Amino acid sequence: MTAAPATPTPLEWRDFYALTKPRVMSLVVFTGLCGLLAAPGTIHPVIGFTAVLCIALGAGGSGALNQWWEADLDAGMKRTAKRPLPSGKMDRSNARDFGIALSVFSVLLMGLAVNWLAGAVLALSILYYAVVYTIWLKPRTPQNIVIGGAAGAFPPLIGWIAVTNQITLMPILLFTIIFVWTPPHFWALALFVKTDYAKVGIPMMPVVKGEAETRRQILIYSVVLLAVSVVPWAIGGTSWVYGLAALALSVAFLLIALPVGLRQSVEGDKMKPEKRLFGYSVLYLFALFAALVVDAVLRNLGAIG
Amino acid sequence: MTPEEEEAFKRARKGRNVALALVLVAFVVLFYVITFVKMG
Repeated sequence: MTAAPATPTPLEWRDFYALTKPRVMSLVVFTGLCGLLAAPGTIHPVIGFTAVLCIALGAGGSGALNQWWEADLDAGMKRTAKRPLPSGKMDRSNARDFGIALSVFSVLLMGLAVNWLAGAVLALSILYYAVVYTIWLKPRTPQNIVIGGAAGAFPPLIGWIAVTNQITLMPILLFTIIFVWTPPHFWALALFVKTDYAKVGIPMMPVVKGEAETRRQILIYSVVLLAVSVVPWAIGGTSWVYGLAALALSVAFLLIALPVGLRQSVEGDKMKPEKRLFGYSVLYLFALFAALVVDAVLRNLGAIG
Repeated sequence: MTPEEEEAFKRARKGRNVALALVLVAFVVLFYVITFVKMG
């Protein structure tokens, strides 16, 4: 750890902003908004905006709590050592209080302005990410990414519930899609980015179970993703517009994952297939959820059956 | 604290305060609009 400067650098608003993990937020806001737009029924635009804002604030709060808990780990890893806490710029209790304040505020606002079921699920998602994942299971099992994936899968579910005020099969399917998508997405990255998770004692799959097992699991999840992604169409929750888009996107996902799953890296490997899979996986999720919204809009307009 | 450091500290504090003020004003407006939507 680098020594804290004699006089601490003054805290800026950007340091608090950085605590909310703004880069993770873009996917959270996008999938939350898509869940909201794809749900049956109507929601006043102002209330819809508030719902997405609450999802973002809740995610920001969980991000701050995550960094509060992992400040020591972050200090030991190159990628995260410059964050406000490990660099010694911000006091740990500042991050904890900021995280709790954001979380509580987001849940109360969601409950009061939108509905309390959405507020309850938002609270559940924050507790899940901050406590079940960050504090409890991440340091204990190489399946941590699978477990963490559930945290990232909440936004479309919450967005949907904000409109419908009930939990039905469709939003649970959206949850399942992101849940199954996360492991191949992250493990592809873990294969080509030499992280120092091992140094700080976090048991990431490639380190604990080895590269071959990680590649095998990427392939398994890609097959499951293909199956899960078309279920909304199969049960009649969407039209063929989403169905064919999901089929094409997921078949491409599997084809891009195949070389990753079937090879082994060699000395000085450029890891091209792994980088391609990671890049495609991000595009995949955006395109799949966009297709879901397009499908819902077309059905609402009566353009398709 | 040297005068330069004090200057930097004050600038950062002012920035935080301005950011907080903007957030507060934004929420006042949002709550106002939500109230009308909820009543309508």
